[in-house]
Amino acid sequence: MPGVAASIGRAAAQGRRWFVASTLLAATFAWFAPANAQLNILITKPAARPVPIAVVPFGWQGSGAVAFDLAAVVTADLRSTGRFAPLPAADMVTRPTEPAQVNFQSWRLLKSDYLVIGKLTEDSPDRFTAVFELFDVVRGEQSLGFRLQAGRSDLRATAHKISDMIFEKITGIPGVFSTQIAYVSEERRADNTRRFRLIVSDADGENARVIADSPQPLMSPAWSPDARRLAYVSFEGQQSAVYVQTLRTGTRERVSSRPGVNSAPSFSPDGRLLALTLSHDNGNLDVYTLDLATQQLKQLTTDDAIDTEPSWSPDGRTVYFTSDRAGGPQVYRVSVNGGRPERVSYDGVYNARPRLSPDGKTIAVVYGQSNTYKIGAVDAANGMLRVLTTGRLDESPSFAPNGAQIIYATRENGRGVLASVSTDGLIQTQIASVAGDVREPVWGPFPRP
Amino acid sequence: MKNVLWIVLIAAVFSVTACSKSNTKGATSSAGSTAPTSSGSNTTGSGAGGGISVSSLDADQARIVQTQLVVYFDYDQAEIKPEFNAMLAAHGANLAKNAALTLRLEGNTDERGSREYNIGLGERRAQSVRRVLMLQGAAANQLTTVSYGEERPASTGSTEEAWRLNRRVELVYSR
Repeated sequence: MPGVAASIGRAAAQGRRWFVASTLLAATFAWFAPANAQLNILITKPAARPVPIAVVPFGWQGSGAVAFDLAAVVTADLRSTGRFAPLPAADMVTRPTEPAQVNFQSWRLLKSDYLVIGKLTEDSPDRFTAVFELFDVVRGEQSLGFRLQAGRSDLRATAHKISDMIFEKITGIPGVFSTQIAYVSEERRADNTRRFRLIVSDADGENARVIADSPQPLMSPAWSPDARRLAYVSFEGQQSAVYVQTLRTGTRERVSSRPGVNSAPSFSPDGRLLALTLSHDNGNLDVYTLDLATQQLKQLTTDDAIDTEPSWSPDGRTVYFTSDRAGGPQVYRVSVNGGRPERVSYDGVYNARPRLSPDGKTIAVVYGQSNTYKIGAVDAANGMLRVLTTGRLDESPSFAPNGAQIIYATRENGRGVLASVSTDGLIQTQIASVAGDVREPVWGPFPRP
Repeated sequence: MKNVLWIVLIAAVFSVTACSKSNTKGATSSAGSTAPTSSGSNTTGSGAGGGISVSSLDADQARIVQTQLVVYFDYDQAEIKPEFNAMLAAHGANLAKNAALTLRLEGNTDERGSREYNIGLGERRAQSVRRVLMLQGAAANQLTTVSYGEERPASTGSTEEAWRLNRRVELVYSR
C-alpha cells in the first residue's frame, strides 16, 4: 500500500467536536438549520478546457450499506469549481478499488486525464479509514495516495479533504472545499413580516446552520481570521449595533452600539482589531479601529464624506475603504496608524466595497456604471479595473481564501442568489438557494489545524 | 403617490379655511388617533404648556404633522427637495412647541449599489432632515437617526417606481 497516513485524523476530530457544539447551540435556541437554506451550485460558465477526471465509487468494507459515498462528494466538489469535467459513473467500464486493478489504457480510451480510486473501511461502529489514490492516466503513474481516519460524522469533511488534496495536486491551487461561508437570508412571510437569518454552511452549501435570527435586519457578516468568530450588524434594538459571536458556543458580545451608525465590521489579520464604521461623533460616517481586548477606539478617517466599508491588507498595515469625498464612491487606503488617505480606484464613477485578495494584489469592488452594478477587480498597484461579472445588481464580493475565486450576491428572477466567478473572470457558477433571498456571502478562512 | 400628496394638500388647505375655529380640538384628537405616543406626550406635558403649544400650531401644520411623515430623495442624493420644505417646517414647529416629543429619523435607500455604502447614504439623508428640523426649532435631544440603507424597502421590486419610493426618510414620533 503506497498510502501515507495523513494527519487528517486530528483535524477531523476537532471538526467533529465543533459539529457537536453547533448542534447543541441550535437546540439551545430552538433554531433549526432550515432545509431551504441549502444551496445548489450550478456551473454557468465552465473553464475553457475543464480537466477530465474519473472518480470511481469507493469500495466499502463494513457492515450493512455503505456508510458514506465519498466519491459522490469528491465528484460534486471538483465539478463545482468549473475546472473539472468528472466522468459520469455510468460511463465507467470498470470500477477499480485497488491500484492493481487499474488498467490505464481503458481510462485513456475514456479520455480521462486523471483517475481517483479508493476504499472506505469500517474499523469500528464510529471509526472509519478512507484510502484514496490519484493517478495521472496520461503518464500511467500514481500522483497521490493517502489514508485518512475519521468518525462517522466526519465522513463528509473527509471527502472535502480528499477533494482539497486532489484539486491542489492537479491545479497547483489549494482547494477550499473544507472552508465555510457565511451569508444572510431573508424570508418574507405571508403576513408581510420578515425574518433575517445569518447562516454558516460548508463551502458547498451543505451543513447549513442558523447562527442568528431576527425580525429586524442582519447584515455585513465578517469572519475572524481563525474562523471561530463572526462579526455582524444587527438592528434588533431598532438601532444598528455590531456584535461578535463565537460560533462554537453561540455566545456573543455587543462591541459597538453608539448613537447613529455602527456598521461594516472587518477583523484585522491578527484578529485583535475590528475596523468598523461609526457616526457617533457628528453624524458623519468615518472608519475606526476598535481594539477588541481594550475597547480602545481609534479614528482613521475624518473627512465630511461617507467613509465606510473598511477592509484590511493581508499584512494588517493598511485599511482600504469606500469614500465619496470626490463625489461618487471610490476606493481609498489609509495606514492603520492614520494619516492622509490615498485614492486607489479611478476607473468609472462608482467603485465601492473593496475586498483584498489574499495576496493583497487585487481589490474586488462593486463597480457601478449606467445603472448596473457588477463585480470588478482593481489592480492594487496601478488602479486598473477589470469587470468580472455580467449581472445588473451584483454586490458583496468576497475572495475565497485561495484567491482563485470570488463569491458575490446577484439577482435571478427577482430573487437574491449567490454566485462565484474565478478571479480571472473566466469561470462562473451560480449558487442557488432552494428558497428565500440570500445575500452578503463571505468566504471564511482556511481551517486551522 | 402624487395623487395622495395632492389629496393631502387639498385637505390641508380645506382645513385651514373651514376649520380654523376648531383647530385645537381637531389637532389634539386626531393626534391621539394616529400617533398615540405623541398624543401621550402632549397631554402629560400640558402642565408645562403643552396645551398652549398644540393650540398655537395652525391647523395646516397640525394636519401635516399627522399625515406627511416621509421625505423622498433623488438617486444618490441627500438634498431636501423644495417640495418638502413646508412639511419639515410643520414638523420643526411641532417639535419646537412640544419639548417632550422626540422624533426618530429612519434613513433608507433604494437597492442599487453596495449595502454598507447605502447605510451611509441613508444616514446622510436622515442627517439632512435632522438639520432642517433643527433650523425650524427642534432641539438636538429631540432627534435620533437610524439608517437602514437598503435593508427595509417600502416597495419591493427592481423598478424605477419602487426605487423612488424607497429613497426616503421616515419620521417616527415617540414619547
